[in-house]
Amino acid sequence: MSTIVEPQAGQATVANATPLIAARKVTRILPGIVPTTLVHDIDLAIFDNEFVAITGPSGSGKSSLLYLLGLLDLPTTGEVLIRGRATVHMDEEERALTRLTQLGFVFQFHFLLPEFTVLDNVMLPMRALARLSRGAMRSRAAGLLGSLGLGDHMSKRPDQLSGGQRQRVAVARALANEPPIILADEPTGSLDSKSSEQVFELLRDLVKMQGKTVVAVTHDLALAARMDRHIDLLDGRIIADEQHHLATTGAR
Amino acid sequence: MNLILDIAWTHVRARVRQTGFAVAGVATGVGFSIMMAALMQGSQDDFTTRLVNTLAHITVSDERRTPPPQPADTRFAAAEIHGLTPEARRRGIKNPLATMAALEAWVPGAVGPSVKTQAIIRYANHDIATNVIGIDPRREARISDLPKQMRGATLNALYRATNAIIIGDRLSEKIGARVGANITLQTSTGAHIGAQVVGFFHTGVRQIDESTAYVLTKTGQILSQQTGLINELRVRLKDPMNSRAIAARIENDTGYKSVSWQEANEDLISTFIIRNIIMYTVVGAILLVASFGTYNIISTITHEKARDIAIMKSLGLSEYTVRTIFVIEALIIGLVGAFVGFVLGYLLCIALGSVEIKNPFIDSDHLPLAYTYTHYLLAGMVALVSSVAAGYQPARKAARMHPVEIIRGAT
Repeated sequence: MSTIVEPQAGQATVANATPLIAARKVTRILPGIVPTTLVHDIDLAIFDNEFVAITGPSGSGKSSLLYLLGLLDLPTTGEVLIRGRATVHMDEEERALTRLTQLGFVFQFHFLLPEFTVLDNVMLPMRALARLSRGAMRSRAAGLLGSLGLGDHMSKRPDQLSGGQRQRVAVARALANEPPIILADEPTGSLDSKSSEQVFELLRDLVKMQGKTVVAVTHDLALAARMDRHIDLLDGRIIADEQHHLATTGAR
Repeated sequence: MNLILDIAWTHVRARVRQTGFAVAGVATGVGFSIMMAALMQGSQDDFTTRLVNTLAHITVSDERRTPPPQPADTRFAAAEIHGLTPEARRRGIKNPLATMAALEAWVPGAVGPSVKTQAIIRYANHDIATNVIGIDPRREARISDLPKQMRGATLNALYRATNAIIIGDRLSEKIGARVGANITLQTSTGAHIGAQVVGFFHTGVRQIDESTAYVLTKTGQILSQQTGLINELRVRLKDPMNSRAIAARIENDTGYKSVSWQEANEDLISTFIIRNIIMYTVVGAILLVASFGTYNIISTITHEKARDIAIMKSLGLSEYTVRTIFVIEALIIGLVGAFVGFVLGYLLCIALGSVEIKNPFIDSDHLPLAYTYTHYLLAGMVALVSSVAAGYQPARKAARMHPVEIIRGAT
């Protein structure tokens, strides 16, 4: 069903469009007595409405690449572009604003603020952006939670929810400012199989129903096989970039 | 801003015990600073008030700060004159009534004449050097607190006997003279009169109480052997703190040496300055120590909240926002600590003020305390500034945290 292609070959189908996120010759080296290369010379373009899996063994640079794409980390050389705009010269404030408006993060652990209610956690990015009235933020957060089946848990604190519910809250929070890109780092890694499936369905619906772009790091090859595109890393380099043409059509 | 306040408030509220200790540290610092400042200021004010009420605010004497120019100076512009004996001038202030009237026209207060002379009081084998001041009892109430400081008699007692005298209570103890005692006054110029003790006064200033006596102006002039002599004008101002400026103007207008109470007690005033420096240093040290508590709690919170900081930054909160959150937390601790400290300081002052003391050097039964909002304002401001300063460093460090390192560590 899938074909192994050379890196960047998968992008040929949309070569004329501006990538949503692109990495150009990105290398990240951790300084130290023995410098460690996390990712090496990565060239990558991710387009609108793609559902991308990044896989690879531990230490292959999957999460590092995700953090670089999400502007949480800065490349040692090369550059990351968001909607064609170079980010390498952005100051901290500008990068923060780009994260706030263009990117949504979902981590392996939910990372919700424990002292805040579920509703407050989801409202947090909206409040940081401060573009809506308080009522509108509340209403949007409640709508998001309702659509994820968490309408009855809005006033609860994260520790009163199950793992799967917390992860869905984290997804709702990532969607709060309606970013076009969702970056997920092992979103199902800490969940049981049932919750994993629910979260996967949720991410897939974001692509299929809402037109988002989801880039997810995962160890689970079976899960990766059900996504549009599968990027495989080894020792910080892309060794395969394959298109499946499955997930967005709903096939399993 | 609401988000920043919400997060900051949630953090400090979630750590009731730790926050409580930090607040208690600041409050203790503020409270004890207020108490100490009240005590120091109170004792200083008490002493100053006693000094101001006892002495004239301005004393205009018949002396001049610089000797009058010699005719040779003005006529020949002499560079130096040797072996000159200064001209003997008639003692006293010239035209005292006219001078007083001129001063009363603009001085905000009252002016009174007096005759001051040195004499030795002789009684029961005691010879005590004394300042004898001739006064007008009717004017005295306007220029000094002497009428209030009288013990067992009023100032009008001076009219009761020929050459009546009122002496300080410590002087009376020293020589053993009671009311009705006949004492002898002798001056260096040979004047010699008998006087009858008609009352005592007590100012609370030891030096005055044991070496000053009051007589009628007339008696003073007899003792000075100069009819109509007025060698001192005493001025009492509505606001004694203006004494320096008004004294300078009087001196400029009249040419007579005019000494404010501050100038007369310059050594004491400089002692107060040193005392205040010591006080503010100690108060500052107390609040500095209290700020260590704030530093500790903010450091602890930022350490515990490292993961939340990483998440907030990954969501898109800027360094400035994160830093502000923790600075606000320090500010909350400082604010609450300052307010609790205000209450504590006030209660400590009340407690200290209620303690009865028996001290031969202090007239009052209670410690003198000054209640002024400036102590609260100052302690509160220092507490806030030190709290924010203590919180800033850990806040800055927290804001600079690299989210990736923390997220990796957490996962």
